[in-house]
Amino acid sequence: MGTTASQLAKDSLSEYQVNDHLLLENAHRRFTELLDRDERNHPNPRVPMEVILTLPELKSNPFKTRICQVFSTSEDKDGSLTFEDFLDLLSAFSDSATLEIKSHYAFRIFDFDDDGTLDYGDLEKLVNCLTGETEDTRLTSEEMRQLISNILDESDIDKDGTVNLSEFQHVISRSPDFVSSFALFLFYPVFPAPNDAVLHCFI
Amino acid sequence: MEDDSVFAIGGSGRITSNPLLDQLPSYQSLLYRRKSSSVKSRGSLKGRLSVSGRLNTVNRLEERQKSQMEQRAVSELPFPMAEKRRHKDQRMEERKDLSSCRQWREGASRYMKRLMDDAHSFLSSMKLWRSDIHQIEGMFGTGILSYFSFLRFLVALNLIIFLVMFCFVMLPMILDPTPRNVINNQHQGNVCRTHPRTTRRILKNYHEHIVDLLSGDGILERTYLLYGFYTKDEIHFPKVIYKLPLAYLLATLGYLLLSLLWIVKRSAAGFKRHLIKDEDRFQSFCNKIFAGWDFCITSESAAKQKRNSLLYELKTDLEDERIKQKMADRTTKDKCRIYLLRVILNMFVMGVLAACFFSIYVATTFSQNVENRKNKVNFIVDLIYEYLPSIVITMANFVTPLLFSVIINYEDYSPAFEIRFTLMRCVFMRLASITVLLYSLWSQIDECREDPCSNPKLCQCWETRVGQEMYKLTIFDFIIILAVTIFVEFPRKMLVKFCDCRLAKMWGLQEFSIPQNVLEILYGQTICWIGTFYCPMLPAICTIKYFCIFYIKKLSLIKNCRPATRPFRASSSNFFFLGVLLIGLILACFPISISVAQIKSSQACGPFSKYNTSWEALPAAVEALPQSARNVIYFLASETFAVSFFVVTCLAMFYVIALAGAHKKVINQLREKLVMEGQDKRFLIQKLCQAQSVPVAKSAPQLHSPSRQSPSYHTSFSSNFNEAVVLAHSPPNSSTHV
Repeated sequence: MGTTASQLAKDSLSEYQVNDHLLLENAHRRFTELLDRDERNHPNPRVPMEVILTLPELKSNPFKTRICQVFSTSEDKDGSLTFEDFLDLLSAFSDSATLEIKSHYAFRIFDFDDDGTLDYGDLEKLVNCLTGETEDTRLTSEEMRQLISNILDESDIDKDGTVNLSEFQHVISRSPDFVSSFALFLFYPVFPAPNDAVLHCFI
Repeated sequence: MEDDSVFAIGGSGRITSNPLLDQLPSYQSLLYRRKSSSVKSRGSLKGRLSVSGRLNTVNRLEERQKSQMEQRAVSELPFPMAEKRRHKDQRMEERKDLSSCRQWREGASRYMKRLMDDAHSFLSSMKLWRSDIHQIEGMFGTGILSYFSFLRFLVALNLIIFLVMFCFVMLPMILDPTPRNVINNQHQGNVCRTHPRTTRRILKNYHEHIVDLLSGDGILERTYLLYGFYTKDEIHFPKVIYKLPLAYLLATLGYLLLSLLWIVKRSAAGFKRHLIKDEDRFQSFCNKIFAGWDFCITSESAAKQKRNSLLYELKTDLEDERIKQKMADRTTKDKCRIYLLRVILNMFVMGVLAACFFSIYVATTFSQNVENRKNKVNFIVDLIYEYLPSIVITMANFVTPLLFSVIINYEDYSPAFEIRFTLMRCVFMRLASITVLLYSLWSQIDECREDPCSNPKLCQCWETRVGQEMYKLTIFDFIIILAVTIFVEFPRKMLVKFCDCRLAKMWGLQEFSIPQNVLEILYGQTICWIGTFYCPMLPAICTIKYFCIFYIKKLSLIKNCRPATRPFRASSSNFFFLGVLLIGLILACFPISISVAQIKSSQACGPFSKYNTSWEALPAAVEALPQSARNVIYFLASETFAVSFFVVTCLAMFYVIALAGAHKKVINQLREKLVMEGQDKRFLIQKLCQAQSVPVAKSAPQLHSPSRQSPSYHTSFSSNFNEAVVLAHSPPNSSTHV
């Protein structure tokens, strides 16, 4: 079992454009745990968003739905992920991803209305996600206004009232905490590895 | 400038624009990176702009973009998997067209890159405590994580220092083929008849053994632990003569230099960010919002904690801003009153510090002199006398931070400054207490010069005594950390958990205060640096000590503590830790250099017994070198070289500073230019639309937006590009006049 798995890793590393064997093996194991019995024989299984959100690494993340939506390649935009999407997700959040990749994906995660810029509404939703959704954990509207005007002062270069991708990346490049906080690690799996039939479908 | 709006806000509040704007190169470069599948209105344009294998010859700019992207590895592109594969296939095809030489070169560079990545991931997996630190990160976030990775750094540093001392000082002594005269020649230079060497008894009390072990006395004096053991001038190996004094001196200088280089290298990244950072915009808000959430948090309670702390941070920062505004509005009378109050409080603080320093001085002199008493009381009291300086220092360092945090409330600074100022005072207190201890030891040693019999044990081998003192400080520090965790934090947790009284609830669980913990470590490390010269095994003891402290603190954190309400930023904390460590190192250099260069080394023990001062070993060794090497060294040590080196360094520094200033100016200019370009673009689009005379839905003039909501005219990806443009306003005057 072990040799097949590591062979998978070595052959498919270039296939999956991922540098880390361990990441690939781990991701593979955890992904197949999420599948149902019958789905495992499917050539390219797609896991619905609700199942992905049960992963312990994502469960307490306030951006979990946005993460699924951003990395999903499904036509219906329902946030479901294939294994490749899942790998995309993990490698974007891993240690080896460059700042550019991270900031690119961070921008898309924070862009709640998907219009390509972070405007007042996006920033407001972002702050509410960070502080909590209940009434007593939100900022007052006065404080929110003050905060967002400070943010725009700091990051909006062309003074159009929104933050676009280049401005966002410019701000992030000077933010020392970003790389370390925009990271996610899969824990080692608890369950044993899946059977061979599943492995073949990924090669 | 604010009033003009090229695009009106449509009925639904969305911006509208001209489809021909999509052809602008800046827009296309952004589109190239974005998944084309998720925007349905791009349907008509997809054919032209989608990422296909063939180059789009219509758009030359796209070619340039692609060639730029080609340089990067495929795995680093922000595309989904399917597009990465397509890229890779395309590149493979293109590579076949290249000449074999270039193919080989590209293949080699890819291989090297893969090798480096593998090596990198291997090294990072070899790091000590990797899984523990991930666990802590998941539960408490990156602020506290930085403390633990700092601990890991210190373990490594101390281990390396120990290896240096071991290889150059201890190993030759161990491998020494000639049998040593183990018993110190105590009688050499001993003119004081009243020397009570009663500790020479063969059968010692079991209590006295413990006292000896804990104070580095007795049997430990004659082991590799202390300076006094290394009483050898030269070690004669079969082929080579090994000069121990020179090795000892150079090893000391070596470990100090090594520590300096390693700390500077580690903090280089932090320095760079601080220097480059624009002084006008501190970006603190952006940093908190965009980089605020630790995505590695996995537990629900930690996530809740993080949310609370973020909320608290944001509220405090906004509060800070309001307070700053209020402070700017202060009247002169208010200012005078506040300044007077601050002066009084600072004088009070200095009085407290002076009292602490005096008590440390008294304790040290008392402890040194108590050795000469004939009657030994029971062993507990002995132990207390031995540890008196450590006890006093620890108590002072415990009481003063509490005092400082109370006093600062009356001084009326802004909250952020309050924290920093208190911290600075605590750092000063810690380092100054070490200085006072060393000063009092030095005054004792000075007395030896005039009267060798005033304190025979000290005067005969003062380096050993200093080494013992450092050893005692280290051991006591470790004991205190252990004791506080077991006897203070653990019962506190029990109390809060099981006792229902209001007092317990109000007091709450212990907060893991990062600054105080870091100062504890800083104190220990400074002692280690100073003490290694007198006690070569001290780095090994410190390595073991920090190793144990890691597990103790981790356990305490997980079981007993809750995270601090005022979180410590990971980035600034790294800079802070290394900064204070550097201060500690510089402080540690002073006593060593004074004792090496000024104080007469003891004649009865140690490798420098034949020299006047320890430093003299170096010139003596230089004398023994051949003439040419001697000339080189004399030249390097001469004033000519020193002055010219200093001048050249100053010139280089001025050049670099000027360069940085010029860059800053260029950045500002570019920023302004960017704003101007935006306006230019808007103006040109207006003109273009006018020239095109696209049919316009007649809209009332009041649809043009106020300045705050001026639309992101073109760098947006709004999906309704089908609506026509509306010219709402005449073009601005300023855009073409720069």
